[in-house]
Amino acid sequence: MALYSEKVMDHFRNPRNVGVIEDASGIGEVGNAKCGDIMKMYLKIEDDIIQDVKFETFGCGSAIASSSMATELIKGQPVSEAMKLTNQAVAEALDGLPDYKMHCSVLAEEAIRSALEDWRKKTQADSLP
Amino acid sequence: MIYADNAATTRMSEAAIRTLVSVAKENYGNPSSLYSFGQRAKEILEDARSAVAEVLGAQPREILFTGGGSEGDNQVIRSAAELGRRKGKKHIVSSAFEHHAVLHALERLKKEQGFEVTLVDVHEDGLVRPEEVAAAIREDTCLVTIMTANNEIGTIQPIREIGEICRSRGVLFHTDAVQAVGHLPLHTPDLPVDFLTASAHKFHGPKGVGFVFVRKGVQILPLIDGGAQERNKRAGTENVAGIAAMATALREAADHLEERGAQTAKMRDKLIRGLREIPHGALNGDETRRLPGNVNFCFEGIEGESLLLLLDDRGIAASSGSACTSGSLDPSHVLLAIGRVHDVAHGSLRLSIDETLTDDEADTIIQSVKEVVAYLRGFSPVWRDLESGKIPHIL
Ligand SMILES: Cc1ncc(COP(=O)(O)O)c(C=O)c1O
Ligand SMILES: [Zn+2]
Repeated sequence: MALYSEKVMDHFRNPRNVGVIEDASGIGEVGNAKCGDIMKMYLKIEDDIIQDVKFETFGCGSAIASSSMATELIKGQPVSEAMKLTNQAVAEALDGLPDYKMHCSVLAEEAIRSALEDWRKKTQADSLP
Repeated sequence: MIYADNAATTRMSEAAIRTLVSVAKENYGNPSSLYSFGQRAKEILEDARSAVAEVLGAQPREILFTGGGSEGDNQVIRSAAELGRRKGKKHIVSSAFEHHAVLHALERLKKEQGFEVTLVDVHEDGLVRPEEVAAAIREDTCLVTIMTANNEIGTIQPIREIGEICRSRGVLFHTDAVQAVGHLPLHTPDLPVDFLTASAHKFHGPKGVGFVFVRKGVQILPLIDGGAQERNKRAGTENVAGIAAMATALREAADHLEERGAQTAKMRDKLIRGLREIPHGALNGDETRRLPGNVNFCFEGIEGESLLLLLDDRGIAASSGSACTSGSLDPSHVLLAIGRVHDVAHGSLRLSIDETLTDDEADTIIQSVKEVVAYLRGFSPVWRDLESGKIPHIL
């Protein structure tokens, strides 16, 4: 039996949206090297729509595939939708993850949330007099 | 497939397979039965015992057959603990990077019976210092257990010196030699050990079979109660075919020990040289005092599981001490024990080869590891921070 589903392996081998956005509207970084997975998400937001998203991940197969899938799920979506992304949705879209790997998909959810918060802070700061 | 995970398990030798099949087929009698068909199985069992003993220079009576390395480790530790407890000795000395078969057995003794355990440091070179073992021994120490060679980083421990210290202090000494038997010359008459544990599947024998060398005159208690097999030290109808195959494999390994060891070490050193060209990586464990087949590196900025998966895609079977390969949040206790910080320990790669690895295969491994490490670093936020100077390089 394979460790991961075909979907996970596909996203792991050919991760979508890898890279950085130099002038990102929001950046989120979660995880730490102690636990072994670190994700960094870059968002480009215009008119409350996620125009572009890129990620960088240090982590296991599940972490890389979860990052990739999470970016696919929010790309082109309104911010309000992206805020609702859950790790279950990421895991489901990957046709499931082994139980002990679910924490890696949680990181993907957190990375996106953290990038959205960063964007919100920045836009609020900009709108101050 | 390029199989580079011989520390996990080895391919059974052709001769061992032949023995296994032929005994299973032709000699399925129970060695405890008194008719001649059963007694023939008994003979096979005893021949295997003599063969194993001969390789070690031991006496047949000093060989106790078990169901593998974990069982051997557990039996020795539990037995020594019980015998110690009866004399009020409830302290055991071991090292921080033993196999879990040892560490978890010790944990249980601590939890369930109030034993005290001192784990000596293994230092950056992956070596236990005999003087630190000496300093850890107390009046109430009933056992010292230090492995002969580490399963992850392959470092070979000074067990002769440690054994001599134990002798002079009157403390029993056990060595988990699971990674060493069949790979290093071990001669019990001049090795001061009381117990030595081995497992057949690490030297091209079958899985689920092993033995413990128990020095003549040293007491050992059974772990499994039942019939009178193994002179009352291990109940259960013997795995005759497996034991016979183990003997065949060990004989063969011993007959070719030097030439295979030299060839394997040559390829090991080639791999080490090649992988050293990867920047910000480091060999784990002493370079020379290590098993001929062990190569273990840490690479900064990458995580071990993704490295393994991509090597698997290229047909290379290897292993890692990263947390995500073990299913726990912590990376290998062995790498942490030699002082690798978490960040670096996650990016480890263990290649454990045998003498059949060709030059071309070694080149393929080196090239593949270089490419995969570079690829993973290409989108690693940790690597970005290391390269931009935001966090300092450690390796
Ligand atoms: C050092 C060491 N001790 C013990 C064991 C356990 O041996 P077995 O798999 O035969 O139970 C192993 C193998 O995984 C090992 O490498
Ligand atoms: Zn992970």
